Amino acid sequence: MSTDSMFVHKMWVDHELSKMTTSKTIPFPMLSDPGGRVGQIYGVYDPAGGVDVRGRFIIDPDGVVQGFEVLTPPVGRNVLESIRQIQAFQVVRESKGSKATPSGWKPGKQVLEPSPALVGNVWNVWKVGQAFD
Amino acid sequence: MTEEMAAGCTRPVAEVGETPAEPSLPKEKTSVHQGGKTMIQVGQKAPDFTAPAYFQGKFTSVSLSAHLGKWVVLCFYPGDFTFV
Repeated sequence: MSTDSMFVHKMWVDHELSKMTTSKTIPFPMLSDPGGRVGQIYGVYDPAGGVDVRGRFIIDPDGVVQGFEVLTPPVGRNVLESIRQIQAFQVVRESKGSKATPSGWKPGKQVLEPSPALVGNVWNVWKVGQAFD
Repeated sequence: MTEEMAAGCTRPVAEVGETPAEPSLPKEKTSVHQGGKTMIQVGQKAPDFTAPAYFQGKFTSVSLSAHLGKWVVLCFYPGDFTFV
C-alpha cells in the first residue's frame, strides 16, 4: 500500500514489476492510500514527505495485530523474516498459548512450554547458542 | 476478496473506520497516542479500512475486514518507481 493512485500502480506493474516475476501479474492487491489516511492510523504516514514509510503489520485471523516493524525508506524488508514470524505466531496460536518460540526459533527448532516448573530453569533446556544457529 | 470498481477519472480515496461490531460489544481501543501521533499496539485489533486497489488487471476495492479468518501481511511503502 502506498500513497500512489491505482493508476500509477497499474503502470508500475506493467512496466517494471512484471519484468521481475515469471507471471505478468502481482499475486496480491496493490492498495492506494492517497493523502495517507490509512497510513496515518497505522502510524506510518510521514507528513513532511507526504508518503507512507515502510511499515509492515502482521494481522492474525481474528484481525489482531501480532507484530509490526517500521523502517526508514532506504532499507528493504526481509521477507523471510516476515514468513518466520508468521510461522511462529501460528505455532503459538495453534498451541492456544501453551507453547512459546524462543529467540532464533524457526520451524523444526525447539519450542518452550511455559510452566511454574520452567521458572528459573530455562537454562536447563535451552542454550543461548540456539538463538544464533 | 475484492470487488471490482469502475475506472473513473478521479482518484478514489481510502475509507477508514472501525470494524463493524455488535452494538453490545465494548468499544475496543485500537491504538495508543504518543505526543499526538497514533501508533498501533500489538495485541489490539487492527483498524479497519477500505482502499481502492489494482489487482490482476482490474481496479478493485479492498477492505481489511474482508480478510478476517486469514493471516494478513499489510505492507506500506513510500512509492511506486522508488528504488528499494
